[in-house]
Amino acid sequence: MPRFSGTAPEQEKQIISDDAPIVELRDLSCRFGQQHVLRDINISVHRGETLVIIGESGCGKSVTLKAMMSLLPPTSGCVLWNGHDVRDLATQQFNRMRLRFGFLFQGSALFDSMDVYDNVAFGLIHNTDMRGEAIQPIVHQGLRDVGLPIDVCGKKPAELSGGMKKRVALARALVMTPEVMFYDEPTTGLDPIMSDVINELVLQTREQRQVTSVVVTHDMRTVTKIADRILMLYPVSQKKPDESQVVFEGTPEQAFASDDPRVSQFVRGEARDRIRELSCA
Amino acid sequence: MSAVSQSHNLVCRLGARTVNGVTLLGDLTVFATRLAGWMLSGLPRRAVLVDCLHNIGVRSLSVVMVTGTFIGMVLSVQSYDQFRMFHLESRLGAVITMSLVAELGPVLAATMLAGRVGSAMAAELGTMRVTEQIDAVRALGAHPIQYLVVPRFLSCVLMIPLLTAVADGCGILGGWLFSTQLLGVDSFNYWFYTCNYVTAYDVMSGLLKSTFFGAAIALIACHRGFHCGAGAEGVGTAATESFVMSFIAILILDFFLGVFTNNLYYMIWPGHMSII
Repeated sequence: MPRFSGTAPEQEKQIISDDAPIVELRDLSCRFGQQHVLRDINISVHRGETLVIIGESGCGKSVTLKAMMSLLPPTSGCVLWNGHDVRDLATQQFNRMRLRFGFLFQGSALFDSMDVYDNVAFGLIHNTDMRGEAIQPIVHQGLRDVGLPIDVCGKKPAELSGGMKKRVALARALVMTPEVMFYDEPTTGLDPIMSDVINELVLQTREQRQVTSVVVTHDMRTVTKIADRILMLYPVSQKKPDESQVVFEGTPEQAFASDDPRVSQFVRGEARDRIRELSCA
Repeated sequence: MSAVSQSHNLVCRLGARTVNGVTLLGDLTVFATRLAGWMLSGLPRRAVLVDCLHNIGVRSLSVVMVTGTFIGMVLSVQSYDQFRMFHLESRLGAVITMSLVAELGPVLAATMLAGRVGSAMAAELGTMRVTEQIDAVRALGAHPIQYLVVPRFLSCVLMIPLLTAVADGCGILGGWLFSTQLLGVDSFNYWFYTCNYVTAYDVMSGLLKSTFFGAAIALIACHRGFHCGAGAEGVGTAATESFVMSFIAILILDFFLGVFTNNLYYMIWPGHMSII
């Protein structure tokens, strides 16, 4: 396991508690200019679960994910890691705690100027004392874990297929041995076979590494395959004023059995009255 | 639309632009302060810094040499007839060299590099922003300013003065070549008056200017890249704005640094007359 430089682990034991949700959003709102994306949402992520967040395009799923990892500052409300408000953490504590999270970006976000090896090794180089020969076996194992041969190490991201990029990005996150993995639409743009490969990798990561997962997706096959619990977000502009933006919380089976027309329409992928939007265009 | 509402719209637009301009200056200042903080916290990794130094310095050599050479030759072309009228063509070397080292070399080399280096940095960082690579840097435990901006800033501050010196040298040689070989100016006189009238202070004040120009180019380019709008249009706008803002900053800095270095000269050597 990589040895991270910075604050001694003993200090973190005072912060990390098994009782509190591993990540929690309390009355969180996010606004970009005049556009409200999230309004007063409350979400808890419990240790060991796979939480899947679904919803229409533009309802704030990716913003929710980035807010959980504190990659986006909220307009109001707070983000708690193991019960501690991230704003109250000292910089070094914050940086060390954030290393417990891994993020798989929607577009993979591989660094274009680096080859696969340097991409996967990036986190290790910047956060540990390891160099050169010590890093190489970790990088190679990380690539093998996601089903990639080590001869991709010298390739640049532009030379990789979409599925390979996603797997390299996953390896880059997993070599840091995170406790929580955030997946932002991990199967978008991939063919059905590769999508299922990614789903299997998410399951494998959870089972082999005991990682808590938060997944944002449109893909209902992914939802039914990997989700322990589903949250459905609804766009701020379309919800009722006194209504929560989280319109559903439950298991996949409960989602498919839901009486809420918004939920049933989404999970079944039915246009229904939305077909009128085509004639208005 | 009535004249009143037209003037109201104009006032509103002017007001909005002023507010945006002041906000931008404030944002740039905050960015510069964060950059200064990270620079004090430690140097970037050698591999990253050397890569930046190579991209900014070594790969700009050829374009800077061409720029410098032709500046010197153009100065020779444009000045020769006026000086010949007063039979002062032998002083051409002093004029070309003084113009180059004190003013044209730093300004035009910096302008060229604002286009080549600054726009490239803004576009690269802008692309990283729109493809979430900057978020990925943060997610992997590195700070984007420390990892991306500090090496670029240091590279510009170190390399642009050196490139300016190369531009000056090429300009002086280009001016000499054209003046002596084509215009018939005596080579001995060219170098005699150059050495007599151009001092080390003139050279150093030009290089001091280029250091500030380098800092401005790096700061503006990185800021524009980090705050780039969405998509290809946003990246293109960031690259364009980087060049335009850098060019304006170069001209403003040139003015104030020129006043400063001149006043400093007269403070150190009071009573010295203008040499030409």
